[in-house]
Amino acid sequence: MALLEVDNLQTHFRTPEGINRAVDGVSFHVDEGETLAIVGESGCGKSVTSMSLMRLIAEPPGRIAGSIRFQGKELLQLSEREMRAIRGNDISMIFQEPMTSLNPVLTVGRQIGETLRMHQGLDKQGAEARAIEMLTLVGIPEPVRRVREYPHQLSGGMRQRVMIAMALACNPKLLIADEPTTALDVTIQAQILQLMLGLKRRVGAAIVLITHDLGVVAEIAERVMVMYAGRKVEEAPVTELFRSPRHPYTQGLLGAVPKLGSSLTGAARRLAEIPGQVPSLKGRIEGCVFAGRCSLATDLCRQVAPGLEEKGPRHIAACHYARKEAAAA
Amino acid sequence: MSAPLLQVNDLKKHFPVRGGLFSRKSNWVYAVDGVSFEVERGETLSLVGESGCGKSTVGRAILRLFDITAGQVVLDGQRIDDLSPGGLRSMRRRVQVVFQDPFSSLNPRMRVRDILAEPIRNFGLAKSAAELDAKVAALVDTVRLPRDALGRRPHEFSGGQRQRIGIARALAAEPELIVCDEAVSALDVSVKAQIVNLLQDLQREFGLALLFISHDLAVVEHMTHRVAVMYLGKIVEMAGRQQIFTAPRHPYTKALLSAVPVPEPGAIRNPIILKGDVPSPINPPSGCRFHTRCPFVFDRCRTEEPELRSTEDGQWVACHLKALPEAPGPAH
Repeated sequence: MALLEVDNLQTHFRTPEGINRAVDGVSFHVDEGETLAIVGESGCGKSVTSMSLMRLIAEPPGRIAGSIRFQGKELLQLSEREMRAIRGNDISMIFQEPMTSLNPVLTVGRQIGETLRMHQGLDKQGAEARAIEMLTLVGIPEPVRRVREYPHQLSGGMRQRVMIAMALACNPKLLIADEPTTALDVTIQAQILQLMLGLKRRVGAAIVLITHDLGVVAEIAERVMVMYAGRKVEEAPVTELFRSPRHPYTQGLLGAVPKLGSSLTGAARRLAEIPGQVPSLKGRIEGCVFAGRCSLATDLCRQVAPGLEEKGPRHIAACHYARKEAAAA
Repeated sequence: MSAPLLQVNDLKKHFPVRGGLFSRKSNWVYAVDGVSFEVERGETLSLVGESGCGKSTVGRAILRLFDITAGQVVLDGQRIDDLSPGGLRSMRRRVQVVFQDPFSSLNPRMRVRDILAEPIRNFGLAKSAAELDAKVAALVDTVRLPRDALGRRPHEFSGGQRQRIGIARALAAEPELIVCDEAVSALDVSVKAQIVNLLQDLQREFGLALLFISHDLAVVEHMTHRVAVMYLGKIVEMAGRQQIFTAPRHPYTKALLSAVPVPEPGAIRNPIILKGDVPSPINPPSGCRFHTRCPFVFDRCRTEEPELRSTEDGQWVACHLKALPEAPGPAH
């Protein structure tokens, strides 16, 4: 049994203009200790998926349907009280913007300690001692002084370290990291990625990494799921996905990323473009969600939504023509 | 050879920090502290560095969005940093800007037609209403927006399309230099590729010079001719694209390049992980500003500030080391 099993997850939002199908029938699983990356561009539903896992979607206007089983337990049927016992304890989350997700009027130590006191029943002294321990673990210098400081006294990289300390304080089984390094500078991003990799080895938590940065994916993920317009379009082990992407969207995405080292190959070349824009998610999309931007699209694609088919070992993609394309390449 | 299009000589911009009783000036932020470079006609020079290194401040100083503290900005042989408001007008036509956030840099109440017509009217670039309409329509074609975009307002467009409007507005003034301040940073991968390609095409078509301010090194390597790397208000290294990306000479450039994650799983990399954070520009470190994080620091770095010197192959480096030790790994 996998640690997390998500089946036909649908998160829809009621809006004045109609129902927004932010996540529309997505299934995946995460094994224990595994790192799964969910990639896609703005509006593909990757963040809503992660919020749905934690049940952080306001209902209404949102509505989550389908099934989310964590260690065999159906999360969608738990009461809010039972869910609170899981959040921060068994499943915890790191957000993109550490400044807005930390409370500015509480000390860092108090915020790390809060989860410990709530979930593990530690007292004030115990929680502070553990908070100092966690700050040391995430590599914050002078943890004894820092634990009494407020978020505004820390730099962006340090705040993200505090977020990670907070998320790992209760030894969660699953860590959801939503764009954990997007707001950081590259040298700080390198520090945080190294920290996450090191901690994963020591703590053994599974990670769901939400990101749009394919470089970060290649760096730390083991398996990758590509989302587009609220649906999963491809999933494969990381090397397989980068080596032989099958879905035209994934291929386009990989071609559109400028890579370091382009000056070695001489003059600047044009980047591959994906023409057009992401479709509106209001109103049901008939056929393949990518058909409007795909160079291979035919009438079949515009009428019938392709199911996820096996295209290689542990490699699935939702495309009528994917196999043909791979053979041609 | 004629003079370069833009020359920046020892540019300084210090911002006062007010604090304490009666908001007295208590300190200075040394945002840009002695920066010199040139941009040739039709060339792309990229300013790269991390947040707070002063790259955007340099861009804004060139646009004269504020007065500079010291130094000179020379456009086509004429000093523009001390121009009167009247004299600035013609300079403003020649130097335009594209900002990062296409959501906050377009007036939501104006139709695209009016956004694009404004600079043309302002600078008297059209002689008749018909010519104005023709110019506006041509701009929309140039940035590959549909003609029916003209009657719509900014909120009806996606991020990438808005950035196209922003670029069209910059082109409307028929500039020679466009300052692109993180112009593609807020865009999604597939849209970013579209805009990067568009900028390259426009540069070729109109012979535009671009000052491309960005923190995204892969994009910079893809489209630039030359690069200046900034750290805490100073240029630490400046050279041609290939030199910077394949043979960086400054330890900071090397660390910066090695920190970029490569979209290639299992790639053999040996990133130089810099310790700590960028120090505050209010109280920059003595000597070399990078010495607090440099893996190769030695005594001289702490006291004596290295000058930006040119090496025999035209690379400019501010470092006391003649050559980088091989120790912490290659950049690629």
